[in-house]
Parts: sequence; C-alpha cells; structure tokens
Amino acid sequence: MRHILSILLENEAGALSRVVGLFSARAYNIDSLTVSTTEDPTLSRMTIVTHGSDEVIEQITKQLNKLIEVVKVIDLNESDHIEREMMLIKVRATGKDREEMKRMADIFRGRIIDVTEKTYTIELTGTSEKLGAFIEAIDRSVILETVRTGASGIGRGERILKI
Amino acid sequence: MQISGAEILVRSLQAEGVEFVFGYPGGAVLEIYDAIFRQQEFKHVLVRHEQAAVHAADAYSRSCDKVGVALVTSGPGATNAVTGIATAYMDSVPMVVISGQVSTPAIGLDAFQEVDMVGITRPCVKHNFLVKDINELATTIKKAFYIAATGRPGPVVVDIPKDVTQQLAEFHYPESVSIRSYVPVTRGHPGQIKKAASLLAEAKRPYIYIGGGAVQGNASAEVTELVRMLGLPCTNTLMGLGAYPGDDRQCLGMLGMHGTYEANMAMQYCDVLIAVGARFDDRVISVPSHFLAQPKKIVHIDIDPSSIAKRVKVDVPIVGDVKHVLRDLIDLMKQNGQRPDAANLAGWWKQIEQWRSYNSLLYTPSTEFIKPQSVVQKLYEITGGDAIITSDVGQHQMWAAQYYPFKRPKQWLNSGGLGTMGFGLPAAIGAQLANPNAQVACITGEGSIQMNIQELSTAKQYHTPVKVIALNNRYLGMVRQWQEFFYGTRYAESYMDALPDFVGIAEAYGHVGMKIENPADVEGALREAFSPALKERLVFMDFRTDQSENVFPMIQNGKGLDQMDLPPHMRELQIAPFENNRDYGNMC
Repeated sequence: MRHILSILLENEAGALSRVVGLFSARAYNIDSLTVSTTEDPTLSRMTIVTHGSDEVIEQITKQLNKLIEVVKVIDLNESDHIEREMMLIKVRATGKDREEMKRMADIFRGRIIDVTEKTYTIELTGTSEKLGAFIEAIDRSVILETVRTGASGIGRGERILKI
Repeated sequence: MQISGAEILVRSLQAEGVEFVFGYPGGAVLEIYDAIFRQQEFKHVLVRHEQAAVHAADAYSRSCDKVGVALVTSGPGATNAVTGIATAYMDSVPMVVISGQVSTPAIGLDAFQEVDMVGITRPCVKHNFLVKDINELATTIKKAFYIAATGRPGPVVVDIPKDVTQQLAEFHYPESVSIRSYVPVTRGHPGQIKKAASLLAEAKRPYIYIGGGAVQGNASAEVTELVRMLGLPCTNTLMGLGAYPGDDRQCLGMLGMHGTYEANMAMQYCDVLIAVGARFDDRVISVPSHFLAQPKKIVHIDIDPSSIAKRVKVDVPIVGDVKHVLRDLIDLMKQNGQRPDAANLAGWWKQIEQWRSYNSLLYTPSTEFIKPQSVVQKLYEITGGDAIITSDVGQHQMWAAQYYPFKRPKQWLNSGGLGTMGFGLPAAIGAQLANPNAQVACITGEGSIQMNIQELSTAKQYHTPVKVIALNNRYLGMVRQWQEFFYGTRYAESYMDALPDFVGIAEAYGHVGMKIENPADVEGALREAFSPALKERLVFMDFRTDQSENVFPMIQNGKGLDQMDLPPHMRELQIAPFENNRDYGNMC
C-alpha cells in the first residue's frame, strides 16, 4: 500500500544521503522524495512516498527514527492529510491543438506560465493522481517534457509535525 | 590559550578517560601522532594492519566497560578499517574510530590518499561525522562517545581533515551533550511489563532466550535472577554466551544453527518465550514461518525498536534497556507473587531433560586423530573455565561456543554478526590489554589466523601473552562441511595447501610455537602453555586435528529448529515427536 512519510531532520550535510542510503540498503521503495528547509533553518522537512506491507512500513519508520539526524517521522496515512505535487509540462501547441491545450489546462486548473509560437509550458498542482490524469487526458504525442516535484504532504486540521 | 586541532583531539580523548588508542600512522594523521607523542595519559598501540586496530579496540571494549578507540590515516588506512567497523556495528560494540582526511580544500579533488570515509562507512556505523570546523572538534568527539555508548551501542566514525588538526583554537570540552534528535529510551512501558509478567505466570512451557543485548546491556545479573527465581529453562545465543552461566543446569546451551538439541527443541515448542536483547536472526530461528507454526506468545525486550518485529511478529514488545526492564519485571512478579504453575513447569522440565539426555554434543573420541572438540574441552578444564576466549570464524568458532561453557558475560568475544575471519588474534590482544591479569586464549583455525597473522608482531611489542589455539585441519572447515553436505564433496578451494610452518612463524616473531599431532599430547601441551613458566609468553599451538570432523547438530538452510541434522549417535534413535497437547501436569 502507498504511504506518505513526513520526516523532520537536521538540516546538515549528509543527512539526505543517510535517508536515501537506508532505503537502498534495506531494499525499501522510494516512489518520490522531496526535501527543503523549513521556517527553522536548522531543520529540513522531507516527504517520501513509498509503498509496502504494513510490516515493511513499520520497519521503515523505525529505521528512519534510528538515524541520529532524524528528529521526527510521521506516516501521514494514519489520519486525514492533504497532498500536493507540482508538475511543469511543456507541450506542443500548434494549430487546433493550441486551443484544445488551453482548454485542458483550464479544466485541470493549470496555468500556462510560458508561451512560444509552438509550445505552452503549463504549471499544474494537485494530488499525484490528478497530475497523472492530466497526462492521460492529453494526447501523448504532444508532450515534449515533464518535470514533477514529487508529493508533499501535511496533516489536515490541527495536526502538526513540529519539534 | 589556543592549541592545535590535534591537541584538541588528544585532550578530548584524555577527558573521556581513554586508556589505549589502537592505530597506525600516516600522512593525514601525522599532526595527531605528534600530539600523542607529546603526552603520557593514554597509550598508543601500534598494530600491523588497520583492520587489526579496529578489532583490537572492539575487543577491548567488549571485554570491559569502556569505549574502544582506533585511529587510522586517510585513504587505504580508512578503507582497511571498514571491515573492523562493520564487525563492531553488527555486534553493537561501542567504539570511536578516528580517521584522518585530506585537507578541506583538497576534499573532492581526488587528492592523494583521499577516500570519502563518511560515505563509505555510512551503512555500517551508528553515526559518523566529518569535522570541517576546528571549533566543532571537541563537541564532535563528545557527541561521538555519547552516541557510541548510549542506546543500542555501536561504532562512530569521526573523519578529521589534516588542516583541521593543524589549525588553532581554544579548547573547551563540554561536560555533557544533548542531541534533540537522539534520545535513547531506558525504562520499559509499565503496561507492557505487566503483560509480560502475566504471560510468564500463565505459561506452561516458558523459555528465556538471551542474546548479546544482555551482555552489552550489563543485564547478566538480572537475567540470571529472573531465570533462577522462576526456575525456568534458558538459552544463550552465540552473542549471549555467558550472560547466563553456561555451566548451570537451567541453561540448555547455545541455540541456533549449531545449537544443542534441547535448546532448539525448547525454542520451537515453548508456549511463552521471553527474548532478552536478541533479534531472532536467521542463524538462530532459521525460517520464521516454521518457527511460528508452533503457536507461542512472544515477549521481546530490546533497546532498539527496529529489532522488534523485524523478522518475527511479537505479542508483547517492550522497548527499553534490558537491565531496567528485567529489574521492573522481577520486582513486579515478586510483588504479585506471580510464577508459572509448578506442575506444568515440572512437566516441561521433564521433557527438556529427555531431550538433553540424548547428549547432542557427544562426539566419537579417537586415539589416532586429535578431535577438535576435545582440545576445547581440555582448554576449559585447564583454564578452570575462566579464560577470556576470542575466536575467528568457522568450525572452530562453533566448537568453542559449544564446548567451553562460559560462566560470565564478556568472557567470549567473537564476530557473531558479520562473521569476520581475522578477528581472533587482534581481539585477543585488545582483550589482554583491557584485562592484564586474565588468561586470554584465541581459538582459531589455520585459515582464519592467516587473515591477521601479522599481529603476532604487535603482541610481541606490547607483551600480550595470549595463547593461540589453532585447530588446524588443513581445510577451511566450515566451507568443507557445507561442500560435503550440499555440493557432493566437491571441495572447491576449501583445502589449505602449502600451509606455513606455524611453529617457525611463531618463533620468528619471538614467540613460543608448539605443534601437537597426537591426541595423547593435547593435555600436556596445554598444561605447558598455561604453566607459570610461559605465563609471560605468547604461545602458538598448532593442533593437527581430525580433518573430517563436522559440527553437529546443524540446521540446514530452509529447515526448522526441530529439523536438525543430528550427530551420528542420535540418528538411529527413535525420538518421539513432541506432543503439543500432552498433559504435563500428570507427567511428574
């Protein structure tokens, strides 16, 4: 099953490679990983999307907690959460496709952020499924390039991850 | 006053009460060696290979209650140390390894003797540091010792660039450090301890499974008290040997791949199992599904949450320092007067005694060939069972574990997790330095000893009179045994041809060498080696043992604890299968 893990870790050189190294050494999966500093510059927050049985996810959480630089780990799937991923997608937009592409971007609440005579670059934000759905919805042959950030997640309501 | 980074390091080690630093100099650590040269508080032990420095520091730590320290130079010095670090990591040994690094401006430029030590060791350390700022050096050393020794212990690497050792700064050694992301637990959850007490009290076939955590966690007294208070059977793992006295009737010996029949059968057929600082590893329980096919309730006490439910799901996980958790458990059971039903327990013991009566460690004596087991037994007799024993890896290691019933924790030092050949001799040197008055023997084989035989030179320099007991069967014995069983006796590269004259080697290094070929000479030779006349000498004993001897019992890969390959004398016996529903109350 797919899980989203939120990790607070010390913003130190090498901390990221400890996390990534742990996943490869123990044969865990990383579907996506995003990381950046928080409002507290000594801390980074990482979101890892992974999948595995409950036992595997439990081990991943424990192993992450064992890393000295990891301050806190939560499995966002344990309660309500919001998840967003951003995609930049460059598509060929010529002739009748140009109008169609604009329409599709609007339907998916995307924004066209760069325009040339032949292309659009569209910014799209949403759940990973939504971004996938957009790719499915447009003609594959017009896609020139995609770049996705991987999912970031946050608990709904009062639930916070802080030290 | 400002002092150099090298001096800061030396003063930090002094502040930690370090007695010995095991190491080998080189370009990147010259400044540190100069600072060591100019101080008297701790002693440096010059090994002959960096791997040995780490093993010696490791065994020093295992055999006393201090953190071992090793010092190596950058590049090849650092990579040579990696096997030792991984060995200590797998066995949870507290250690600080200091490695030199090229100067910070040269890092990343493929400088001479540069290697990314922090990157290389990341998967086999508890934590590691690269010190880029001299002002953080003292605090980093403090953190390294704190992390190494607390929680589940382990090795910590501190990589120090040469320019940092040369820069100047004020020295302040912190009294203590706290790390917000690292807060090891100590006490177990009272609710969980209560559940464990109830399970134990209701058990019909209770069993205590004691691992290396009981040794490293100094919980031998508590585990012994619990076992004796409730009259329970128990077993020590390879890493746990000595945590409960091996010569006591309530101990069923070692369990696992080469465990005794009774220890393995009891593990399979107990109904309540208390795991104390053990981790259900593949060499102990073999296949988890087969182990769990026989229903049992499991209480797992461990300081490392990730050890719990890793291979086996348990009913009552208790995260905490085993010493504290056992103390709380004992006190609670005493206070409530809880104990297992006496009649059930007596029935269980009756079954165990029946298993024990088959004497699964029996071997056929010989007047023609030296039986390796008999050498270990004689060693036990002659040393009064009191010697500190180190070992290498292979058949000799199993025979040492089986035939030398360790009486106390920290008496048996071996590479259980990583299985590192070459551990034994440097480990014996480290243990002898930690315990100058103890008798230290290294039980080894002719294959393993050659992986670090150069340390005979270190032993000479530092006058460590260890006794090397080489069980020389002219084969890589355990490899040969597997090839005999599983590869149609095709002994691919397991034969040690062109063996050196070990007596000659020992003498060349300035030691005493003995070659023993006749079973009748075993006892006399051992008595001589351990006699007062040779008390101050390293004696290398080359025992020419029976080439065809195998280690029994044995659990093959994929088989369960109750599906052992038995020694010859047990194969003809009609052993009744264990009956789960037998009424133990009526058996006595």
